[in-house]
Amino acid sequence: MKGGGLASLSRAMLLGFVRDRAALIFSILLPVLFLVLFGSLYKNSAVPKISLIAVGRVQLLHQAERSDPGLARVLTISHGRSVAHAIAAVRKGNEDAAIMQHGGRVVVRYSIADQTKAGLVNSVLSSIVQAANQAASSRPPQYTLAASQVEDTSLKAIQYVTPGLLGWALASGATFGAAITLVSWRQNKLLRRLRLAPVRTGSIVAARIGISVAIGLIQLVVFLVIATLPYFGLRLTASWWMAIPLVVAGILAFLSIGLLVGAVAKTQQAATSIANLLIVPMAFLGGAFIPLDFAPAWIRQVSYAMPLRYLVTGMQDVMARGEAPASALPAIGILLAFTAVVVAIAVRVFRWDDV
Amino acid sequence: MSAAITVRDVRKSYGDVAAVDGVSFDVEPGEFFGILGPNGAGKTTTLEIIEGLRRPDSGTVSVLGLPAWPRNPRLLPRIGVQLQSSSFFERLTAREQIRTFASLYGVSARRADEMLETVGLTEQGGQRTEKLSGGQAQRLSIACALVHDPELLFLDEPTGALDPQARRNLWDLLRRISSSGRTVMLTTHHMDEAESLCDQVAIMDHGKILRAGPPAALVRELDQPLRISVQSGLISRERAAALHGATSTADDGVSLTIATSHPAHVLSGLAGADALAGLRVQGANLEDVFLALTGREYRA
Repeated sequence: MKGGGLASLSRAMLLGFVRDRAALIFSILLPVLFLVLFGSLYKNSAVPKISLIAVGRVQLLHQAERSDPGLARVLTISHGRSVAHAIAAVRKGNEDAAIMQHGGRVVVRYSIADQTKAGLVNSVLSSIVQAANQAASSRPPQYTLAASQVEDTSLKAIQYVTPGLLGWALASGATFGAAITLVSWRQNKLLRRLRLAPVRTGSIVAARIGISVAIGLIQLVVFLVIATLPYFGLRLTASWWMAIPLVVAGILAFLSIGLLVGAVAKTQQAATSIANLLIVPMAFLGGAFIPLDFAPAWIRQVSYAMPLRYLVTGMQDVMARGEAPASALPAIGILLAFTAVVVAIAVRVFRWDDV
Repeated sequence: MSAAITVRDVRKSYGDVAAVDGVSFDVEPGEFFGILGPNGAGKTTTLEIIEGLRRPDSGTVSVLGLPAWPRNPRLLPRIGVQLQSSSFFERLTAREQIRTFASLYGVSARRADEMLETVGLTEQGGQRTEKLSGGQAQRLSIACALVHDPELLFLDEPTGALDPQARRNLWDLLRRISSSGRTVMLTTHHMDEAESLCDQVAIMDHGKILRAGPPAALVRELDQPLRISVQSGLISRERAAALHGATSTADDGVSLTIATSHPAHVLSGLAGADALAGLRVQGANLEDVFLALTGREYRA
């Protein structure tokens, strides 16, 4: 009816959100805390080091350290009092292997509790022994290996943690925002009051969409600012800006879920429980908490049914994997189609008041 | 002049329960009209049908000359609605609240602030509505309903959960609103409220209107004896019963009460016996009307 309706409703909703400490904590502070936590935890997971405990003088290692100073980046060496003491340290997992040398015979004792480490110990030490043998033969090596690293297409931690947690933050923010507003407005009869004012239903819905999208974009900015700090080291790829339409489509999808929850639930507690029941499992099954690359096959299968999957992987593709802008379009399309279906259901079960 | 509200044979059932069962009445412009009845009598449903929130199963309602159903956007700016509970936006201050409602109707913030002044809430303007007392919240709710200067104001149980002092304050406000020439329609389960505020009341029970008219006329129609009471022990019950015009007497040890249709005789008799200490004269009230109409005590 009047332009004032949309503007003043949006303003009232925004003030209501900004003054709601719980909403601020759950939609911004908590996800950011998770981002900082996971970002820091997985930061140094790249190169595993092996630690050796040497008993007595191990000539081989001294020789190897002298000829290859880079070895110190892979190996740390400590000294044990006795064989028993060194083996006990390996048993407890404090050291990866015990090493001792009797003349030309080098003895290594390791545990296979950590199979990766065990393999690493074997290959590193046998290459040292080979190099030493080759040096002892005092002939130039017949073959040399020229190895160089290929650009790794698998993602570093911060590259999947950021879109994953952001997707979860967006999903819960939009779902709870819509569901709780709808239920509390119906409970305190504000919905009915608005129905008796010359305001179109469209204005109420548009105001909610506007506020949720604004909150979502703020979440996006906060996440990107923190994740790209040198400490966390997220490097955005060229078409990262496609995350903006993805966020908008994702917000619409989760608003529609919130609308449905709000239409079904009678009390705020019920709305909160139902929304949690939907969003928390989805965060695990949709690739937000567990990166789909590492997830079991059945989770990857199930994830296709989760709208969150398309938001998270869509953002990963454009923000971290460096895919072209158009790669986000299928995800956006799926999210919008999902929105249309859920809205159609929500409209059928929607009630203006309790009776 | 045509009626502000015309209700004709309106019916509404929920399942087997007839919430509104053939209700008809008219409200004239400028009138203060009350629907009175116990909880569950069908008052709120009737009001909601008139407001256009619910569709009656049958019957017609016209408001300011326009049909109430379906929701008519041209009618909405001409009516003001105050709902049973305080329907506010969360975490807004009183001033932000009324300004938001004002802008929904295209009314200026200045006018909203004036309305806040009218209901005596200027001082509380910066307070969140959650912090207002029951009476203050109710006054704000009425201010929000009046901010666009509607011709017709609906009030649903406006003093529902208020303490007596806050109720009196609100009555003063409602009288002022009504004296400005607006038509006001309210529902209440308080007999005294209906008696004190309304020009016309309709007494409702089990979805039906039992009787309608000015409260004083309804009471007079009842033709009940007056009850004159004085302090006990001033005059014996036998002497009191023998007074000219006394129809019955009762003494509970605190007061001696004489029922009569000829108060002048009884009063002069009591004066002659110098037995007027603690004198109270009580006429019938709407509660008696309700009792006479339904055969049961009024329970709100």
